[in-house]
Amino acid sequence: MDKFGIVLAAIGAILAALVPGIASAKAVSMGGVAGAGVITEDPSKFGKVLILQLLPGTQGIYGLLISFITLSQIGVLGGSSEISFVKGAMYLGACLPIIIVGYTSAIRQANASIASIHVVAKKPEQFGKAMIFPAMVETYAILALLISMLAINGITGINI
Amino acid sequence: MTDKQYIYAVARIRSKELLLLGKSDIDGLMNCKSEKECLRLLYDKGWGTTGNEDSEQILKAEREKTWDLMHEMVEDISVFHTFLYQNDFHNLKAAIKQVYMNSDRSDIFLANGTIDQDIILQAVREHDFSVLPDFMQACAEEAYRIQLETGDSQLSDIIIDKAALDTIYQKGKETENDLLSLYAELKVASADLNIAVRCIKTGKDRSFVERALARCDSLDFYKLTDAIMDGEEALYRYLETTEYADAALALKTSSSAFERWFDDLIMHRIQPQKYNPFTLSPLAAYILARENEIKTVRILLSGKRNNISDKAIRERLREMYV
Repeated sequence: MDKFGIVLAAIGAILAALVPGIASAKAVSMGGVAGAGVITEDPSKFGKVLILQLLPGTQGIYGLLISFITLSQIGVLGGSSEISFVKGAMYLGACLPIIIVGYTSAIRQANASIASIHVVAKKPEQFGKAMIFPAMVETYAILALLISMLAINGITGINI
Repeated sequence: MTDKQYIYAVARIRSKELLLLGKSDIDGLMNCKSEKECLRLLYDKGWGTTGNEDSEQILKAEREKTWDLMHEMVEDISVFHTFLYQNDFHNLKAAIKQVYMNSDRSDIFLANGTIDQDIILQAVREHDFSVLPDFMQACAEEAYRIQLETGDSQLSDIIIDKAALDTIYQKGKETENDLLSLYAELKVASADLNIAVRCIKTGKDRSFVERALARCDSLDFYKLTDAIMDGEEALYRYLETTEYADAALALKTSSSAFERWFDDLIMHRIQPQKYNPFTLSPLAAYILARENEIKTVRILLSGKRNNISDKAIRERLREMYV
């Protein structure tokens, strides 16, 4: 049964890179499509639109970070890889916040980014205010990243 | 998801909305002393294509620009057919009249229908309506028969107009798009109220009224028919019980005042689309806004051309989308 510990932990690490990554790719693509619509009419807004397009891309980076930390802690990237079933399940659980919140927040942030891109299309001088709306969604991705990171580090010190 | 939400198209429309004429632009046009001066101002704002078109040409060019833009952005343009069925039915009426009068005029047809006008004309000439879409076949056959057998153009027109309203309503609701559904509802309701006033003024009987009125959710067919039979005051009393209570005052003033009231109502109801980042609705709202803009400019140019007082022109001007 203990052999499955490393499997569960690895599944957590893989999903942490996979799910938020997919969501961010989708979200950045949505922002890019909206951005292309604005640039077709007014290419001078490229810089502002690009920043708004990239905002939902961070969840993919957070997922990658959690995946990397998990793989390091469970010894896949070097060192001992003997992990109990319970500990493996705990690593999987620790990855869940960034997996679930990363996915959801990236898509929601894309919607907010697109709405802000529309603000820039009409009122470019309001770029600063427009950027705050999608940036607020980022808060929850950061919270998920924090809790996943703290949990993984905490689990490493537990002997079970 | 990206395709169905029209993300690219809506973003482009947001930029295009900046070019729509606003209240200050209309005031600028009103301050012009002549039609020529108005046209010059419109050219400066990017209207027209060559810079030396007359009023009708410039308006036609603007309508074409709107539809060219939609063709460019939306893969399947049939989503906007709700706006175009009216042109098809107009062309059917024109074709039947042309065959009946044995004339050959192309300027009575409208462009931008869902079916080529030549197909409609050919169908009427050959008396073969199977080439027309299902929603047109029955009314085309009936209107054609009545026109040719009795020469009753009014009845023939009413049959086609009723079929047009039924089609707009049915197809608009079938789109499951809020804005197209709203457009269909308002279009049919406004047509019904126009029919109601005309029927009262010309003293039409119940069977004629029932034949002419189209059904919609916002007006009760039977109550409206009863009100028409009871006269103008009964119609206004009935309107007080509907969402069109404010229409009574406009109807009492004149049919053009009522037309303006309804156009303003549509503009008012589509305003939220300016803040909707997804779906087809902002695109449909833009088309309606452009049509409203073109109609307003046409009224203004025509007023300037015929030396109508500014006050009289202003009474006819529509509210703008932006």
